Parts: sequence; C-alpha cells; structure tokens
Amino acid sequence: MTKVTLISSNEGGAPKPERQPSLYERRHQIYPKLAHGKFRTVKWLVMAVTLAAYYLIPWIRWPRGSGIPDQAVLADFEGEKFYFFFLEIWPQEIYFLGALIILAALALFLVTSLFGRVWCGYTCPQTVWTDLYIWVERAFEGDRAARMRLDKAPWSLNKAWRKLGKHAVWLLIAFVTGGAFILYWHDAPTIARTFFKGEAPLTAYFFAGVLTFTTYMLAGTMREQVCTYLCPWPRIQGALTDEHALNVTYRFDRGEPRGPHRKDESWEGRGDCIDCNQCVQVCPMGIDIRDGSQLECIHCALCIDACDDIMRKVGRPTGLIAYDTDKAVSTRASGGKVVYKLIRTRTVLYTILIALISGLILWGYTAKSNYEFNVLKDRSPPYIRLSDGRVRNGYTLKIVNKASEQTSVAVSLEGLKDAEFEIVGVGSAAADGTLELKSEAHGVGRYRMLVTLPENETERRTTLTVRITDLKSGEVASENTPFVMGDR
Amino acid sequence: MTDHKPDIDEVSGVETTGHSWDGIKELNTPLPRWWLFILYSTIVWAVIYMIFMPAIPALPGMGYTNTLGLRGHSDRALVAQDIAKLHTERNAASAKLLGASLSQIETDLDLQQFALAMGESAFGDNCATCHGAGGRGAKGYPMLADDVWLWDGTLTGIETTIRHGIRHMEDPATRLNAMPAFGRDGLLATSEIDDLVQYVLNISGREAAADAVNRAAPVFAQQCVVCHGADGKGNRALGAPNLTDRDWLFGGEPRDIQQTIFNARNAHMPAWQGRLDDATIKSLAVYVHSLGGGEK
Repeated sequence: MTKVTLISSNEGGAPKPERQPSLYERRHQIYPKLAHGKFRTVKWLVMAVTLAAYYLIPWIRWPRGSGIPDQAVLADFEGEKFYFFFLEIWPQEIYFLGALIILAALALFLVTSLFGRVWCGYTCPQTVWTDLYIWVERAFEGDRAARMRLDKAPWSLNKAWRKLGKHAVWLLIAFVTGGAFILYWHDAPTIARTFFKGEAPLTAYFFAGVLTFTTYMLAGTMREQVCTYLCPWPRIQGALTDEHALNVTYRFDRGEPRGPHRKDESWEGRGDCIDCNQCVQVCPMGIDIRDGSQLECIHCALCIDACDDIMRKVGRPTGLIAYDTDKAVSTRASGGKVVYKLIRTRTVLYTILIALISGLILWGYTAKSNYEFNVLKDRSPPYIRLSDGRVRNGYTLKIVNKASEQTSVAVSLEGLKDAEFEIVGVGSAAADGTLELKSEAHGVGRYRMLVTLPENETERRTTLTVRITDLKSGEVASENTPFVMGDR
Repeated sequence: MTDHKPDIDEVSGVETTGHSWDGIKELNTPLPRWWLFILYSTIVWAVIYMIFMPAIPALPGMGYTNTLGLRGHSDRALVAQDIAKLHTERNAASAKLLGASLSQIETDLDLQQFALAMGESAFGDNCATCHGAGGRGAKGYPMLADDVWLWDGTLTGIETTIRHGIRHMEDPATRLNAMPAFGRDGLLATSEIDDLVQYVLNISGREAAADAVNRAAPVFAQQCVVCHGADGKGNRALGAPNLTDRDWLFGGEPRDIQQTIFNARNAHMPAWQGRLDDATIKSLAVYVHSLGGGEK
C-alpha cells in the first residue's frame, strides 16, 4: 500500500501534474420507456412462454412405475438419476448431459451467426426477468418521464408507497423464482409442502435464498451491468457474428445526415433520422444504436419498434432501424445490390456439427443397454484348489437394471469347457448351464459367483466370458474376466 | 529528521514516511479503509470467539485443559455423540440380522448383501490377520475358501467355530482335540514315525516305499485309526483331518508330515463370543460360508 516515488533532481523545475481523473465510472440509472410494436409483442409472448415453462414444468407428472419418481423433469440427487420426460440419465451416463450442453452451445453459435444475439434479446433469463421487473416498476412508478421525476422528487408518502410496493413485488417474484428452482431437484408437491413447514433439507432453503437474492439483485438493481460487465457472452459473440449476421442495425446509409425535421420541410438532401432520441429512450441498455454495433447491445429490437412508430408519424418508410447485416448496409451505402447469405461456411459447419452430435446422442441413447454388468474377480485368494484337485475362482457380479420393472436374467458362462458355477444364496447352474436371477426395477444387485473347473495341469490362466441374457427382451450383456488355475 | 512536521511529497501531495534512502522517499499512503475494517472486524470477532468458544489453555490444576467458553462447545463431545448415533443406527440395522436364521440370511439377497458387507469388514479387522484376505489361508492357518473343513463347513458349524474357537480352553464349548506328540513324548520310535510318513504319503496317493508302508500298517491301525479312521479320511466330529486328500494345513512334504507326527500341531483359534457382538458373528459366518467352501 505504499508507493515509491522518485524525487527528480531538478526539484521545483518540473510542472506539477494535473490530478489524475478517476477511472471509476458511476452507473447512471436507465429509465427505459415502454415501446409498442411487433417486437415488443413478440417479447411479451416469449416472456410469458419462458416464465410459464420455468414455473410450471416441475409440476408436470410423468408416471414411470412404482417406487420411481413421477416428476417429468427432475434432477434426483438422492436417487442419483436425472429425469427428463421419457429420458432417464444415470450417473454413469452423465456424458449425455455433456453432449446436450455441447449441442446447446452449437445451436447458440448457429443462431448467433445467422440472426445475431437473439438469445440475449429475447430468451436470456437476465433479459426476461429484467423485462418483468421493469414492467412491475412501470406499474408502480409510471413510464420513463414519471419515474425520472419520482426519483428526483424529495421523499413523500406517495414516493414511499410506490417504492415500497415495487420492491415488495420484486421480492415476491424473486422468492417465487428461487422457490421454483428447488422444485427441479425434489418432488415438487412434497418440497412445496415441507418447505413451508420448515422440514425441507437445508440445501433447499439455501438455494431458494440464493436464487431469491440473485433474482432480486440482477433483475432489480444490476440489470444492464450484468450483460456488460459480468456476462462473457458479449465478448464471445464478437467472434461468432460476421458481416453477414442479422443484427439490430441503424441503417446509416438512409438515416444520415440526421437532424430535426419540421412538418413542411422537404426530405431532399437529408437523412430520415429526425434525431428524436426515441431509440435511446426505450433502450434497456441505455445506449444509442446509431453509434453502430456495440458490446452493450443485447439486440432486443425495442429501438426498431420505437423508430418505426416515429417513421410512421413523420410519413417515412419504417425500417430505419431494422434487422440487417453490416454487409447490406455498406453495400447499400456504396450503391450496390444487397444479397443476404444465410448459407455460409460457418453456418454450414455448425449445422453439420449439430446434426452429427444430435445423431450421436440419439444413436447412443437408443442403443444403450438396460443393463450395466460388471464382473469383479476375487483378488485374494486368486484361485482355490479343492481337495479333489479341481480349481475354483470367486467373482462378484454386479448387475444394474435400469429398466423400470423387475426383469429376469439368465447367467451363463462361455469360454471354459466343463465349467460349473453357482451363485451363493441362489443355487447352481441348471443342466443347460444357465442360472436365472431376478433383477429389481432400478436395482443394483451384487451376487457372489463361484466357478469350478476340473483339474488342469497345463494351463495357468485363461479367460472366461460371463453373459447375462434378459429372458424377455433377449438383451445381452457380457464381460470377460480372467480365470486363474495356478501360480504363475 | 530534525523537524517533526509531516513531510509532504510535492508530486502526489501525500505524506511520506519521513525517511530518505539515497534521495528516495516512501509515501506513507494510509491503508485502504476496507482493509482496516476487515482487520478490526477480525479482532472484534476474536474477542467474541474467545468468550463463547474454548480458546485459552488452562493452567495445570484447574481441572480442565482450556477455558470452555459460554457455549460449552467440545469437539470431543461431538465425536462421542456421532459415535453413539452410529451405534444406534447400526443396532437398528443389525436387529434384522439377529432376528433371522442363518439360512434365511443367506437366501434373502438383501439381507445377504448386508451381512456380506458387514462380515467382510469384520473379517478384515479380526480374522484376516491369520486367515488372510478373502480367507486365503497360510501354512498353519486354514484356507476358508476351499471345501476342506476340519470341524464343520455348514453355516451353523462355522458360527459355532467362530463363537467358541478351537482349543480355546477358557471356553467350555470350544472345539477341542489333542493329537499326541508321538515322537517328543516317546510314544513311537523315530523309525516307526518315518514309516508312518511313508504310509501317509501312500494313502494320499503319492509315491512311497512299499516296505515302509507295510511296516507302518499295524502302527497306523493301532495309533491313528481312532481319530483319522481306518481309511485315513479323518473324522469331522473329532476335528481329525482327512489324510488322503491334497490339502495339507501344515504342509504335505515328508519332512512336514514327520514333524506333525513327532511334535503334533494343535493350533489355536480364540473364541470370539464376548469379543464380537452376535450380529457381527452371524455376518462373519455368512461371509466365510460364502467364500466358496460353504456346505449345506
């Protein structure tokens, strides 16, 4: 915390430098004005759908069989399984989730390279909840101008109840959001009941609390700062879009030179932008789209709605701000013919990758076995010589039955002549060399198997294949394991 | 420095420490307030902690090793609590074992798996020292995974052996026999013992000197048949081993057999009743029975 400074030799001779300006920029409160138009309507719809999905999905039931959770979407930590409608993912299949995340990332890349940041503008939870919070704010405090006035006004009863009401509703939404989050990790009706009785696990309260806090903070107070400072996506998307990506764009070729316009004035020799600042006023990020493509811009298209409104009023064609590509704007500016290119190297590559990975997931999921089968050979003793000279090896069979019903499997051996086997507590192999086992639904069975071979003086070690066959579906799982007959 | 006025650095306007090294001065920039706040908070916290939690070592003769604090917190007491809780949980689980018969335990796969898990860890703690991991055995310590049993290889037989031990004289129900030390006690001459070795080799199916076998036959009939049987196949009731099979607890080489007859072996296994609880002994019986040699 100490700085070392060098006193120059010509003391007094050096001019006293100016005090450094602070590098800290205070946040300026943004008061987005309500926009009207087709993109605002789309955004309301998307908000309704995504919020409804988030709050309601955990309540959907999906019967799977007795003793198995009937919640359609559930990350069941206690049972160590992940349920998604007809999908069921066990811990050892977690790579499916990994593949799904890769798939989601690639889909995001593809959409971004085609249509820019539609994820940010419409579906990102930060955008959706902030939009919802601004809607509440508007309900209590009025639109942009009223809110600005209210914030400047001294404290009064009127200001107090409006602020109090807003924060109360915000907190309520935040709590419902945090509460809905934990429904995904527990049986929804049960946790909803136990939560208020104080009987839910500590983690449920913890995460409900964390999500309540973050929702309230991120959507209420931090808002655009999350996108600008916390989120890595604006930086990444710079690498994903190119001059052919559709972005919310101010068509400077049409708008400039801008300036105020009187009713009877001619439009000759000037741009269509009348500098009314409506695009800036509706912007939830507090930027001016006319400055060009910016890191802060989440491409929510509200400025398009605002500008189209004005354009209609002044009698100019709409679309001064519109979804357009950098390439199209510059081509138009130089008088060329605009061509939109949806099929480009990167979009083709993303599509191929998405198709490839979806195919892999689909193939992997449909081809995966109902059984997980392991054979563990006893390490001590490596082999047992019986009193009549026969040799015996002990094994532990582990059969994981992922089916949601009890099944029967036949255990059989291959690769050893004259081998006999038994399973402790179940019995010996029948004449056909098989032994039937019951495998419980979602069960993990451990069995002790003893395999005995007639005396064999020549071989020391061989390999044995243990096979289980589902008696109904005929599904087979097998594993190789050594059979030891003597010291090396 | 001779004057005591604060020395202000001209360039930055910040006070210096007042020292100068070859014309270099150090700014006495105050510590950031947030940093100081944390420092002071930790000091306050430390005082509160010392009041509420055990913190200060007590002097000798005060009866305890440290101040106890208002909360009376003790890690030792917490561990004791955890152990007590574990015991009650275990008791609940082992109650099921105690209520079931041994054969029920082995055929009810759930109960069997519980018993095997419990038995395996108990075996590792108590039995593997002599019998080896997985009951692999060693010279003088029977292998438990094969089909050779000196006394009894059934579930109940194994349980009895574990419970009462072998030649454990403090337990009246212990499995007991005593082979005489034929050589050491002068019951047989050395040459007779050498002949008997050949006889035993012969009945266990190995090469032996025919004349020695013939000489030993009457001695065997007189001295050994009582326990080992006329055909040398042993007698489970007496714990007498089968001499005709290929399993030799104390070694099957002529020299080993000679030593066995000359000195006798009479190994010892402690009784585990009283040392291990009933549920553990039961689970051990199930575990040993499952190793491979278990008899019906």
